[in-house]
Amino acid sequence: MRIAVLSGKGGTGKTTVSASLAASLESCQYIDCDVEEPNGYIFLKPELYQNISVKVLVPEIDVMKCNGCGKCSKVCQFNAIAVVKRKVLVFPEICHHCGACTIACPNDAIHEIEREIGIVEMNGDETFLHGKLNIGEPISIPIIQELKRHIKKDMPVILDCSPGASCTVVCSIEGCDYCILVTEPTPFGFHDLKIAVQLVRKMEIPFGVVVNKASDASKIIHEFCKNENIEILMEIPFSREIASAYSQGILPTHSSMEWKEKFRELYKKLERGAAK
Amino acid sequence: MKICISSKGNSLDSMLDSRFGRADYFIIVDTDTMEFESIENTAATSGGGAGITSGQMMVDRDIKAVITGNVGPNAMSVLKAADIDIYRGMAISVKENIESFKRGLLEKIEATVPAHSGLGINGGQK
Repeated sequence: MRIAVLSGKGGTGKTTVSASLAASLESCQYIDCDVEEPNGYIFLKPELYQNISVKVLVPEIDVMKCNGCGKCSKVCQFNAIAVVKRKVLVFPEICHHCGACTIACPNDAIHEIEREIGIVEMNGDETFLHGKLNIGEPISIPIIQELKRHIKKDMPVILDCSPGASCTVVCSIEGCDYCILVTEPTPFGFHDLKIAVQLVRKMEIPFGVVVNKASDASKIIHEFCKNENIEILMEIPFSREIASAYSQGILPTHSSMEWKEKFRELYKKLERGAAK
Repeated sequence: MKICISSKGNSLDSMLDSRFGRADYFIIVDTDTMEFESIENTAATSGGGAGITSGQMMVDRDIKAVITGNVGPNAMSVLKAADIDIYRGMAISVKENIESFKRGLLEKIEATVPAHSGLGINGGQK
């Protein structure tokens, strides 16, 4: 079963939930899809052996063949090419690697060259994977795609998504059997939860909500979920103890058996929810 | 000489838009005859590469100089490659900026501002 953990807002507790879940299950694969700032490794402490360089194809212009017609610039949907004085300027950071310019060129003057945008790291038996996007790179999808190429079929897979509800999240949750939406009972958390709900509904993936930092204010989340007929899977209380352990890289499941049991129960709920 | 001013509106009385790539309008003026044409900047709401497309627009229309507030790194590369001069306008009307330009009062812009400066609230969308 593939489980994606997402939430609109950063710092809500995606990694708390996904890493705790991974730590509670006997065998599972944990994939950190938050490639801009992966932090699952801080808690799960894997030994990373392999790394794969992730490359994308960007256009290079053969100046001998190019006559500066400008067709490549017109066809580029991402404004990554400008043609100035019959000279082609390519902006590789903006390029979305679609290859349209190569097809559009009537003189066969464009060929694609590889450019590294980040790496994927994994441990020996590929039960822990994360990607790292190079600093300054805006497009992380190819790294998530590379991560997803290593998904195991014989054990539960937990995907820790990036914050928001953007392309990266869509790419991460695509093909998953269940989504856990982590939220916190604040106006920001609630606002982003509603967006995340829209996203998973649109993608027709079964989902449930985990309320992190739960307090008296959780009422807003409960009311919303009741009205929308969404299952609340679990509540993690607003606790100084959990927060201070977390700041030292210790998950709730590391320090108490009780939490381990709770996360196992959560997994059972997910299995039931995904089967529906 | 054909110059272009980034503008918040579509007339000579409109205010200068301090953004280049994501300006609302471009006013193209022939400084000899004062005839002008306004173009809505379709690149202003694009997800990325607004500066590049806006720069390309200047090149395609054979503009000799641009008056604006700030220019980002990508737009600067395009304008530099095309030898288009960039002048820093003031937050006054387009017409007044042209007059200052004609009298040689405007300073040339050589430095860029960081990428995405013109995005502001709501990602530059109105």
